Amino acid sequence: MLNIEIDGKAVEVDHGTTIIDAADKLGIAIPRFCYHKKLSVAANCRMCLVQVEKFAKPLPACATPVADGMKIFTRSKAAVEAQKSVMEFLLINHPLDCPICDQGGECDLQDIAVAYGAPASRYAEEKRVVLNKNIGPLVSTDMTRCIQCTRCVRFLKEVGGMMELGMVGRGEHAEITAYVDKSVDSELSGNIIDLCPVGALTSKPFRYKARTWELTRRPSIAPHDGLGSQIEVHIKDGKVLRVLPREKESINECWLSDRDRFSYEGLNSPDRLTVPMIKHHGEWHETDWKTALEFAAGQLKDITNADGGEQLGVLVSPNSTMEEAYLAKQIAHGLGSSNIDYRLRQTDFRLDGKRMGTPWMGCNIPDLQEMDRILVIGSNLRNEHPLLANRIRKAVAQGAELSLVNPMDDDQLMAVKHKAICTPNDMVNVLAQILKAMSGLQRLSLCLPKSLNDLLETVRVWDNSQAMAESLAGLGKEVDLVSPRTGIFLGNIAQSHPRFTELYSLAEAIASLCGATFGILSPAANSTGAHLVGVLPGEHGLNAKAMLESPRKAYLLVNVEPELDCHHAAQARQAIAEAECVIALTAYKSEALEHADVLLPIAPFTETSGTYMSMEGRVQSFTAVTKPLGECRPGWKILRVLGNTLGLSGFDFDSSEQVKNAIFGGQKPSTVVWNSLNNNLRELIDIQVKIKSNVLQRLGEVPQFQSDAIVRRSPPLQKTRAVQAPVAAMHSQLLTELGLDDGEMVTVKQGVASVLLKAKRDDRLPHGVVRVPTALPVTSLLGDLMGEIEVTRA
Amino acid sequence: MLSQESLAKIDRELTKYPADRRQAAVMSALRIAQDEKGWLSKETVAYVAEYLGIPPIAALEVASFYNMYELEPVGQYKITVCTNISCMLRDSDVIVDHLQERLGIGFNETTPDGKFTLKEGECMGCCGGAPLFHINNKRMCEFLTKEKVDAILEELK
Repeated sequence: MLNIEIDGKAVEVDHGTTIIDAADKLGIAIPRFCYHKKLSVAANCRMCLVQVEKFAKPLPACATPVADGMKIFTRSKAAVEAQKSVMEFLLINHPLDCPICDQGGECDLQDIAVAYGAPASRYAEEKRVVLNKNIGPLVSTDMTRCIQCTRCVRFLKEVGGMMELGMVGRGEHAEITAYVDKSVDSELSGNIIDLCPVGALTSKPFRYKARTWELTRRPSIAPHDGLGSQIEVHIKDGKVLRVLPREKESINECWLSDRDRFSYEGLNSPDRLTVPMIKHHGEWHETDWKTALEFAAGQLKDITNADGGEQLGVLVSPNSTMEEAYLAKQIAHGLGSSNIDYRLRQTDFRLDGKRMGTPWMGCNIPDLQEMDRILVIGSNLRNEHPLLANRIRKAVAQGAELSLVNPMDDDQLMAVKHKAICTPNDMVNVLAQILKAMSGLQRLSLCLPKSLNDLLETVRVWDNSQAMAESLAGLGKEVDLVSPRTGIFLGNIAQSHPRFTELYSLAEAIASLCGATFGILSPAANSTGAHLVGVLPGEHGLNAKAMLESPRKAYLLVNVEPELDCHHAAQARQAIAEAECVIALTAYKSEALEHADVLLPIAPFTETSGTYMSMEGRVQSFTAVTKPLGECRPGWKILRVLGNTLGLSGFDFDSSEQVKNAIFGGQKPSTVVWNSLNNNLRELIDIQVKIKSNVLQRLGEVPQFQSDAIVRRSPPLQKTRAVQAPVAAMHSQLLTELGLDDGEMVTVKQGVASVLLKAKRDDRLPHGVVRVPTALPVTSLLGDLMGEIEVTRA
Repeated sequence: MLSQESLAKIDRELTKYPADRRQAAVMSALRIAQDEKGWLSKETVAYVAEYLGIPPIAALEVASFYNMYELEPVGQYKITVCTNISCMLRDSDVIVDHLQERLGIGFNETTPDGKFTLKEGECMGCCGGAPLFHINNKRMCEFLTKEKVDAILEELK
C-alpha cells in the first residue's frame, strides 16, 4: 500500500493505482474526457492534468501511477492554469451549437467548460468543419463537435470486440470515422452514445425529441434477454423517449445492448392494442373491459365445463412477469387444466419431472469473466446475450480458453480455442466424444453410470474433441481442484434442440467430471422465473409442444404471438386457427392473433409493475414507469379480474406486491430462490448417442431483433444491418450438391408447407444444415426450428 | 490484389514480430503495397488489413497518419521538396519555383502525362545536405541547384 496526499487529504491506495482512481476514491473531482474506468487509458485529452510535487510539469492524472509519498494538487495555481489552457484548446474548434445539440444539459464538455474554462474565447479564427458520417440507424453523428477523445474507438475495439471506428488523419485533420462507408454494426453500439462526452454521437431515434431536463427518469429492468440488465427509462408527457443503462457492476456494468436500449421505440408502435376487442361473426369489435372479460370468462367456462379442463391450453411468454405467470397458472388450475407452459420454443421435454430444481446459469454473471475454461454449447452468444458475450470476451482476453460446440460458425468477435461446427444432430455425438475423452483423462470412467459408459463404448473420439476435453480439464495447467474455474453452458439453440435431453445429460456429465460450473443461459427475461413459479404442465398436462400438436379447443395466450414465438410456426398457426376459443392477452394487434376471439390489451413492461428473475436467479421487481396506453391494463390486474369473473378463489390481490408475496409464500425471495435453483437431474435418462441422420436439418434461429413482440416493432432496430430479408443459407458444397446457385430463389419445405426464399452461400455452416431464421412472418409457414427440411429449385 | 512478390516481402516483415502480433507489420506492409501500386487506394488498404488479420480501419488510421503514404493517385515520380527552415535558408524557394516552372504544376499536382507529382515535405533530418528533395520516398537528392534539378529531371524523363 502507498500513502499519498491529494489536496491535503491523505489516502492509502494499492500499488499501480493511478492518480485519477485515487482521487475518485476520495471523492475529489478531476475533470476528464478521454478517461473511462472501463476502457484503456489513452491520455489524449489532457483535461485531467494535475500538479504533482517535485514535478516541473503538470501530469495527466489518468495515466500517472501514484508513488509513495506523492503530494498531488488538483486545484493549485499550476493545475488550474493547465485545466484552463486545455479547456481553451479543446474549445478552439468546438462549435457553439449547444442550443440545438441533443447533448446539451448532459454534456461533459459543457459542464467542465463552465467549471474549469474561461468565460470567453480569445479565438476569432474560423472553426474547422468535419463532415458527418452515416454509421447506421441507431447512432447519429455531428462530427464537428468531436474532441477526439477516442472513447468510442476504444469501446468498440475493447468491449465490442471489433474495431469499427478509428481516428484517421493527424493533428487538425484528425477525425473519427468508420472504414469508408461502413456502418457500426456492433450489437453494443448504443453505448458509444453514452460514452461520447460531447454531442458528436447521439441517439438517432431520440434526436430532437426532448431536452434532457424535461425528462422524468424512472428505474426499470430490461425485458429482452435473461440478464436482467438494469435500465433507466426516460419519459416525457407519459411517453417513453429513451432508455439508458443504470450502472450495475454485477449485471450490465455500465453497458446496455442495443436491443435493450432501442426496443422502447416498439412501445410507441401504431400496432399497440389500446381497447379490448371481441370477434363477433368474424368481425372485430371494440368493447369495454367488463364485456370483454365476461365474454372471455363465459367462453372459457363453457368449454372447460363441457369438455373438461384438459381442453384448455395456456401459453405464457417467458417475457411475462412472475406475477402474470403465477396468475395464469392459477387460472389454468382453477379451470381444471394442467396444460400450461412457458417454454414455447422448446421441443424436447424428456427432462420434465426429472429435474431437482429450477434450471439456471449455475453461477453469477461476473463469475464468467473470471473463468479459465469455458465450453458453450449451442449458442450464438452475441445474438442471444450480447452482454454475456462481452463477459466471456473479457475472460478470453485474460487468457481463458473458449470452446464452442455449435451448428454454425458465426464470428463471436473473440478468440475461440477449439470449436466443433456440426449439424445439430451431430452435436450430441461431439459431446459424447468430449465426455469419453474426459473420462479417460480424469480416469473417472467409473464415476459414470454404467449405462452411460456402455453408450460411450462405441464412440470414437476425434482429435478435436480430445483437444476440447483436454482444454476443459486444464491438462498440463495448474488447476484449482476445489473450484476449477471452468464453465459449461447451454445456449438458446441447445434449449430448442430436438435432442436437448442428450445435450443436457452429456454436458452435465462432462461438467461433473471436470468439476465445472454447469448452467443454462435462459433465453428470456423471465424464463427462470416462470419455471420457479411453476408455469409447467402438471402430471397429466401437456407441454407447449404437445398443446399445439394435439390442438386444444380453447387457448389462453399471455403475451404470445403464436406463430412467431412457438417452436413450430405452422402448427401453432393451425392450432390457434382451429380452436373454438382463443383468449389473447397482448400488447399488440398482430396478424398472428387474427384467429383469436378476444384480445385483451395488456401493458408492456414500462406500464406495469412486476418482477423478473434473471438467469442467475436474481429477483428484480420494478414499477410502472408510465401510465398504460389507452385502455391497456397491467397483466396481473387483467388476470386477477379474469380469475374473479370466473368465480375462482385465491384471486384477491390489490397490488402486484401481494401477488409476489403469494409466489414466495411470504418468505424472502432470495431464500426461496436459493432453495430452488438446481441444475442436477434426479435420475439418469435413457439417452442415445449415435443417431445417423442423412436428412437436411433446419437451423431455425431467432434473429436478435425478432426475439419478442416489442423488439419486432422497434423501427430503428429493424433498420439495422443485422436485420436482413430471410434467406436459406447453406454451405457451398451443399449448394453444389443440390444443384443450386448462390442467390437464386428456392422452395424451402417443411411438412406440407413451403416458402420461397433466396438461397445463400454461407460456409460458416456445416454440411447438412439449412439455416432459415424463425420468428419472421415470411417463415411462419414453416415448421420445427430444427426439423427436417427440403430445399429445391423454385 | 498484390503480387506474389509483394506478399513474400510482407511475409518476411511478419517474421520480425511474434506470430500473434501481425498488426506490428502494418507499416511495412503498407509501404510494400504502395511500392507496388504507386499509391494506397481504400481497396489496397483493406486488402493489406485483411492479409494481416486486422480491422481495415486500423490500417487506414496508420495510412492516413503518415505523410509518405499516398491515399490519392500520384505520378510515376513523386518529388517531395523540403521547405522547412534549414532548406529555406539555403534557398529551397528557388528550387521549388524552378521545379514548378519546369513541370508546369504546383504542389499536390501531377503533370498531365502522369509522370511527376510535386509535394511539399517537412524536415527530413538531413539539413546538412540542404536544399533537398526525395523521389518516391526512396532516393534523396541533396545540395540542389537549378542545374542539378534539370539533370535529375532529364534522367527521369
